[in-house]
Amino acid sequence: MIVKRKELSFWERLYLPAIIGGFKVTLRHFFRKKVTMQYPEEKWVVPEGYRGAPYLVKDPEGNTKCVSCQLCEFVCPPKAIKITPPGPDGQAADRPAAEKMPKEFEINMLRCIFCGYCQEVCPEEAIFLMKDYSLNGESRKEMIFNKEKLLALGGVHEDKIWKWKNK
Amino acid sequence: MSNPTTTESKPAPPPVEKIKIKVDGREIEVPKMMPDWQGKLQPTTMLQACALAGVEIPHYCYHPKLPVAGNCRMCLVEFGTPMMGPDRKPVLNEDGTPKIAKSVLPYEPGTPRGAIGCATPITPGMELYPSSPATKQMREAIMESLLINHPLDCPICDQAGECKLQEYSVDYGKSASRFVEEKVHKPKQVDLGPRIMLDDERCILCTRCIRFTKDIVGDDKLGIVNRGSYNTIAAYPGTQFDNNYTLNTVDICPVGALTSKDFRFKMRVWFLKETKSLCTSCGTGCNTIIGSRENKMYRYEPRENDAVNSTWMCDYGRLNYKWINRPDRLSKVAGSRFKGEIPSEVWLEAVKAILAVLNKAPQDSVAIVASARQTNEELYLIKKMADKLGAITDSVPRTGESDRLLLHEDRNPNSTGARLIGISPQQMGSNLPKIADGIRTGQIRTLLVIGEDVTRHGIGAELLQKLDNLIVSDILPSKTTELAHILLPGCAHGEKRGSFVNVKGRVQRFMKAMEGPGEARPEWEFLKELVEGVTGRTGPATIEGLFNQMAKDVPAFNELTWAALGDQGVTVPL
Repeated sequence: MIVKRKELSFWERLYLPAIIGGFKVTLRHFFRKKVTMQYPEEKWVVPEGYRGAPYLVKDPEGNTKCVSCQLCEFVCPPKAIKITPPGPDGQAADRPAAEKMPKEFEINMLRCIFCGYCQEVCPEEAIFLMKDYSLNGESRKEMIFNKEKLLALGGVHEDKIWKWKNK
Repeated sequence: MSNPTTTESKPAPPPVEKIKIKVDGREIEVPKMMPDWQGKLQPTTMLQACALAGVEIPHYCYHPKLPVAGNCRMCLVEFGTPMMGPDRKPVLNEDGTPKIAKSVLPYEPGTPRGAIGCATPITPGMELYPSSPATKQMREAIMESLLINHPLDCPICDQAGECKLQEYSVDYGKSASRFVEEKVHKPKQVDLGPRIMLDDERCILCTRCIRFTKDIVGDDKLGIVNRGSYNTIAAYPGTQFDNNYTLNTVDICPVGALTSKDFRFKMRVWFLKETKSLCTSCGTGCNTIIGSRENKMYRYEPRENDAVNSTWMCDYGRLNYKWINRPDRLSKVAGSRFKGEIPSEVWLEAVKAILAVLNKAPQDSVAIVASARQTNEELYLIKKMADKLGAITDSVPRTGESDRLLLHEDRNPNSTGARLIGISPQQMGSNLPKIADGIRTGQIRTLLVIGEDVTRHGIGAELLQKLDNLIVSDILPSKTTELAHILLPGCAHGEKRGSFVNVKGRVQRFMKAMEGPGEARPEWEFLKELVEGVTGRTGPATIEGLFNQMAKDVPAFNELTWAALGDQGVTVPL
């Protein structure tokens, strides 16, 4: 099929009106408020409820809240979480009444899809999706966060129930 | 096809007396008498009748292999019986059906009065209502009462995932608790014995563990102490709960009160893949379930088989699995003679090297020691090879103390198979000195060892060094594997399929749960290649085919088939 090109009118053939029209738009924006964010010097403030990277949290007394129930490992759709339970001879839990805590807790941030199921399923309020969205590293191995790193990144979570303390 | 394979001679069973009852309005016929926990005929209970009707009655304290206690009250069922007139004749409805009098409280005729299904016998014409609103309400009330002092331990409880309290809570419980008082706190992490950990807060006092140890094991060690809501399970003061069957109480505990110290906090049960297997620790051949995850074995559990182990297994056998996960397992084809340069062809090269040796060996110059821990199929292949080579064969006897219940003094899982197939003489081990002599005199130049450390059984290292060819297949390193000219890594029973014959002649099969480490292959695979190379004839390439061929060749197996074995096995006459 041959598309017939429309003949330009005299006004259009003059060329200058179109140029001037374009400059008008540019000028209008030149004097407006700037919207470009200077990332990474400037960072975006994420909204409430944003699902960023999942980290482990400690209670206000500095104890590991996770009890290694492995429900997050079970529910995790991309199988990003791997927990090593303490076993019978493992290290004693931070909170004696809780009896156990994970020997190792690994999240592969390359696999994680930030769905929030781990946070939803956790019976101990020990894992939360925080606001970190910029995760990077120089190797795949570096992107597997271990327990120590996850706890350091997660910080302290204000505990309201103190389930194991009042047992 | 005639079925000559079992010794369980079955005379024509006496006619079973049946009675008619109604379950949820559905009329069914059930036997009047049914076997109780000891197998004796007793009047059929409401729980058994409902099971026959396909309706599940929830229960905690009732266990089909334990005496009835009737203390958990979970199996309460609303019921009714035919109404009787003053003339002792059934009162009839207008349509001619018998009028049913529902069981109600005597002082409150509007309130249904349930009966516990586990201990109430059925009577003719009885009507059971296991799905009625009243029954549902009774269960809800019982659940609420059981959960009053139960801790919220599920995240740290090893029973979670196979806990009856969890299951029935979902099925019959209420979602919210009405309890506002302080919960009673009982002792936690109580050391009940060397293998058992007790958590009294989780216990619902069903007394299954007490009845098991008293009536099954005959070691009356457990009881309930303290009063009222402070009731706790305890071992007799000053003693430990330490008989050889303690871990069965962990299986039958419907909640997480009794937990295994060995399995404690190792893995959550919902991750475990369950594979039907057999215990290899003695000749009894208890049926087991292997719990494994990602090629790692975590536990054994007994599997019900009334012809062998009922629903129990001993602690000795249950805990004898750790060698399968050992890091020093043989995982490479090795040996001083053999250098496998191309890893992908390492097995081809190894089999070729062995065949070169065997096909050149003169008659009577080969001896084979094959373990009675190998499967029937493997022993059969070895026997075929031995017959062709004119080789002398034997297995290694292994004995230990037996007990009254399950543990047998023969600690080989397949001694009977080795005898039936003809690998071992009737007196197992009686050929071993002859093999040692043969090596000493120089008559035996080639020795095949499958799954044994012969240096500990009369054929010392100095004798092995005299051999021209020492071909060894094993699972774990030993003195013999160190000296091997060609070493083939084999698989544990959890890593292959096969069958064993127990001391009573029960032929049972087991399934594969995991992959062998590294280059390890199931022994029957390479033995099959060797047999084909030695005899020049190809044989079946599957375990099923191999078993069926063996059953045709070895008269003792009575032309059994792999499929006919099923999950429970078949007894052959010995």
